Amino acid sequence: MSTSSGTSGVGGETHEEMNPEQQIAREDYAGHDMPVHEPAHPVPDPGVEEHIPRLTDVDQAAADRVERQVVTMFMLVPVTAVLFVLSYYLIPRDSFVDFGPLHASAKHVALGLTLGIGVLLIGLATQQWARQLMANNEIIEERHPGHSPADANEEAMNQLTVGIDESGVPRRKMLIYSALGAIGILAAPALVLLTDLGPVAGPNYRRRTFETTLWKEGVRLVNDITYTPIRPEDLEIGQLVNGVPENLKDLTGAAFNDAKAKAPIVIVRMNPADIKIPADRKDWQVAGILVYSKICTHVGCPISLWEQQTHHLLCPCHQSTFDLADSGKVVFGPAARALPQLPIKINDEGFLVARSGFPVPVGPSYFERDSRKDLGQSGEYR
Amino acid sequence: MRLLSSRRRHPAAKALLLVAALFVIGAVYAAVAPTEQSAAEPNTSQQVTKGKELFSVNCSSCHGLNGEGTSQGPSLVGVGAAAVNFQVSTGRMPLARPGAQAPVKPREFNDEEVAALAAYVATLGPGPAIPNASQYSTDGLTDEEIARGGELFRTNCSACHNFTGRGGALPGGKHAPSLVGVSNLHIYEAMLTGPQQMPVFSDQVLPSQQKRQIIAYLDSIHQEPNHGGLDLGGLGPVSEGIVGWAIGIGCLIGFAIWITARGARAR
Amino acid sequence: MAKPAKTATEAPQRPEQPDRQLGPVMKFFSGPAKWADDRTGIGGIMSGRIPNIFNLRKVFPDHWSFMLGEIALYSFIVLLLTGVFLTLWFKPSMGEIEYNGSYQLLRGLPMSEAYASTLNISFDVRGGLLIRQIHHWAALLFVAAMLTHSMRIFFTGGFRKPREINWVIGATLLFLGMTEGFLGYSIPDDLLSGVGVRIIFGAVLSIPLVGTYLFTWFLGGEYPGDLLVPRMYMLHILLIPAVILALVGVHLILIFYHKHTQFPGPGRTEKNVVGYPFFPVYTAKAGGFFFIVFGVIVLMAAVIQINPIWTYGPYNPAEVSAGSQPDWYIGYLEGALRLMPNWEWHIGATTWSWNIFIPAILGFVALPGAIGIYPFLEKWVTGDDLEHHVLDRPRNAPNRTAIGVSAITVYVVLMIAGANDIVATHFHISLNSITLVLRWGIFILPIITFMITKRICIGLQRTAYDRVLHGSESGVIHRSPSGGYSEPHTPITQGEAFAITQHHEYQPITPGPVTDANGVARKGTTKERARRPFTRWYFGHNVAKPTAAEIEEAAHHHGGHEAEGNGQEAIESGERADEQVGAGHSD
Repeated sequence: MSTSSGTSGVGGETHEEMNPEQQIAREDYAGHDMPVHEPAHPVPDPGVEEHIPRLTDVDQAAADRVERQVVTMFMLVPVTAVLFVLSYYLIPRDSFVDFGPLHASAKHVALGLTLGIGVLLIGLATQQWARQLMANNEIIEERHPGHSPADANEEAMNQLTVGIDESGVPRRKMLIYSALGAIGILAAPALVLLTDLGPVAGPNYRRRTFETTLWKEGVRLVNDITYTPIRPEDLEIGQLVNGVPENLKDLTGAAFNDAKAKAPIVIVRMNPADIKIPADRKDWQVAGILVYSKICTHVGCPISLWEQQTHHLLCPCHQSTFDLADSGKVVFGPAARALPQLPIKINDEGFLVARSGFPVPVGPSYFERDSRKDLGQSGEYR
Repeated sequence: MRLLSSRRRHPAAKALLLVAALFVIGAVYAAVAPTEQSAAEPNTSQQVTKGKELFSVNCSSCHGLNGEGTSQGPSLVGVGAAAVNFQVSTGRMPLARPGAQAPVKPREFNDEEVAALAAYVATLGPGPAIPNASQYSTDGLTDEEIARGGELFRTNCSACHNFTGRGGALPGGKHAPSLVGVSNLHIYEAMLTGPQQMPVFSDQVLPSQQKRQIIAYLDSIHQEPNHGGLDLGGLGPVSEGIVGWAIGIGCLIGFAIWITARGARAR
Repeated sequence: MAKPAKTATEAPQRPEQPDRQLGPVMKFFSGPAKWADDRTGIGGIMSGRIPNIFNLRKVFPDHWSFMLGEIALYSFIVLLLTGVFLTLWFKPSMGEIEYNGSYQLLRGLPMSEAYASTLNISFDVRGGLLIRQIHHWAALLFVAAMLTHSMRIFFTGGFRKPREINWVIGATLLFLGMTEGFLGYSIPDDLLSGVGVRIIFGAVLSIPLVGTYLFTWFLGGEYPGDLLVPRMYMLHILLIPAVILALVGVHLILIFYHKHTQFPGPGRTEKNVVGYPFFPVYTAKAGGFFFIVFGVIVLMAAVIQINPIWTYGPYNPAEVSAGSQPDWYIGYLEGALRLMPNWEWHIGATTWSWNIFIPAILGFVALPGAIGIYPFLEKWVTGDDLEHHVLDRPRNAPNRTAIGVSAITVYVVLMIAGANDIVATHFHISLNSITLVLRWGIFILPIITFMITKRICIGLQRTAYDRVLHGSESGVIHRSPSGGYSEPHTPITQGEAFAITQHHEYQPITPGPVTDANGVARKGTTKERARRPFTRWYFGHNVAKPTAAEIEEAAHHHGGHEAEGNGQEAIESGERADEQVGAGHSD
């Protein structure tokens, strides 16, 4: 079994100098001429180490003991199975186990422990059996090259050639080209049938969906979940309200969710002396009450982590941070565009309402989005 | 009359008279003595004076002698008794050192002193009063209302404090603290006053009833057992992934090593 | 004493076995066995008459690291079993209903049928929560095991010819496993996974030119619509498991065909495989390991809660939680999204969101892509077109090992970045600082770990060769009569020395001559020249293994020391004189 020491052909030469036929000898299939390195062995191969019997091979008592262990483990499995069935039917659903840090449903824990221990015991018993009682002589098998024998390849080539000849294709090549073309073109109907998975997102569709939200002039700002409308005097400096448009409550199901994915807002009240209000946004706010989209311009998580004193709004998903005291510009993180601001005013009854819809599409960017009217980054952190 | 005078030499007369006199004095005192002011009524001048003393020693170095604010601390004019009760009885104030985060630490003032401070600060300007028990009690709420409290929590609060109020990160080294073990009163006051970076959730927009629902939800979710087993801190997939690798792959590699180990030999 | 059996059929009989009388079991099955064999020829398959695929006594080598793939396989089987159970109760619909099941804290709330049915499984189906948790833990372990298994194969060079196909299949399985897991935890439509779905679709939107169309096409309209859960469900229970099953099948067939690789060692060559027979030993060990994997997963599911969707609440596009992370195997993408600077181009009326496209889309395919292409890159650099069946010890391929460690470094940095808010709160570090530090770290740390790993490998090589030349330190200090101190070394066994020096020593490939024997310009010389710096770098620092002459010389040198009186040590260490290295004996 050991290879002789000393160099052989493959080890010393660079590969470029040997031609492929020399590298891979294909004569003998059954093992010896494998296309592998024959490295120089400075230490000769001593052969597989001698087999030393285990304790259980020589000591009958030890072997019997192990056999008892294995059989016991197997016999415990029906016990765990019975316990499983009893736990399933008998442990009340609302009883709990309190054991150290574990405060969990007793039924669940019982079912899991019985099943788990039972299954594990089968595995442990099998391993003990294999390790201690099954014959553990190491045996040797010859490998074969990855390729098939030379005559098999030749035979395959022969069969292929004869078959191709008999098919008539060599003289009439159009047969095969047209056949393959015909089968291949079936991909077109198959793919086309998938078109109606969804609407085509052309410009009109995008205008209706990506670029439109429920907000338009006169829609009241209301508190999310409770739909209570808001007056400016309800808000204190430092207050945050998670808001939605009032007309959201007319929708249900998918339409509700679709609208809610674009329309939520955060309403914040800040001291006007502390914030920057650009001239063209003066009438977008009411006495320091500003309204921004709640949907992050990065990948669309809703944001409402607002720091009252720094005026920064942090998105918990990827830490994009927007300065609401500076038109929602990005001060940190991977978002590239400022948070869209919703212009608001007070209606005749004194409630806060939208002055118009959002001036830019809300939410994440998409390829056809015209982002020229969005703001970018604030100079603050950069 | 004859009843009393005929027994005036009874051996127990003196003792009884003493007891009677004490009783009378006690009754008269109880009738005329001022009732102990609850912190919700910061009008007793004694309390306010005490509060002002405490304030000037412990608070004025950062908040100014009249609570007007300095570069080290904001103005307390108009923060209200509720804010003081929250900050001081949770130990946040006085701050151990200036910094972005005011962490919870062992409180330095007892209830009486807190009440005094709150009374004093309330006089600086009108602000939210300490809520009374009915405002933050969770009695009488139905299951649907508590479930609604969960929805309100997840809409308004979980973005900072996490699904079940385990806390979350804020920029610049700050964090929104865990709400586990926080009293109902303090949760109410925090929503009402907006401490440090937390925004304000005024009673006009989020009325008491809804604040109670949120508090009831938090109580319920914190008392609830973890049905599936150990909850690993309630932090979600990060801890689950760590446990999966450490315990799952770790145990299984351990078993694999055992299975393929050579084991004892006879020689 | 028993000599190692040469071939499978020569394994010695155990003395207790009766000779060749069929026991009751074999007699019982002989009828049905003949019936089956008459129709399928299965006897020929079992005994190996179809060459090279299977026989009952096929040899499998034994090492714990060869069982990592089995962890993945058995986790997958557990996923299939528990998955079937879950499909009996799960309703893949986003239709809105009002909850009135037994979990009080969500009573009366509007939610999708998918979420409500998951709550039903968790609280109203007995054992349902257990099966759900087994399914989810098995999913985490499935991907973790695939990654660990692929790391083992990478570091030992098991991907080399003829196993490149299996490696590519493995990279594909990793990709599919990650996708399958993502779909699986998203279909319950809870708040945590819903945020993850939102993020993925935001990433789809960022694909230039076609992103918006893909987005609308797959959603069936706007986000979230009501078609998403049913479509993800179909992919999760039908299409992707079918592809995974087929690929796993091919993967296993190839392993059987190529036979398993083995570590270097005495008697192990490129032309043989030494180990235990498939039946009964490997069947028992591998089959038993299935039960162990299953048992560990069930025990974890019994006492460790995972994915408690009832605390997350139903998905609502206006709600989110602090500390929202995906399951661990998507964590590196989450980290990449968090670290990426906010590069976005606004060109005319178009928006090119590189800040999302690069980490989320390119990053998603880059991991399996980089893994899949590696064997072909290495082959180009080494020019090695021979088969390899003996594994490399990682130290003997220092550059490969260092590349692997630096790739793992990048992965770990991204995972930490993905959990940066939890790191920030637990270690009281600023969130922003972590992001800024890791933005630099992701470039600098891999370079550092590469250099350190390579040096460690080279150091280990030198240590190993030292052992061959000089033996191992005996720990006994000798003082000679003249006052000098020395430490005699104990010779190592020939088996160990052989294992250390068995590997092939690669040289950098020199480009061939510009013209061939007839003076005609050879083709491909430009490519060869382009390859030269890479191959020189790859093999340049390899430490040369000791030659036979050096070993002889060292043995003489030590023979002198040993004569001074540490024959005692040699005997105590149990090594026998005729097994000393370099004593000039072959076996």
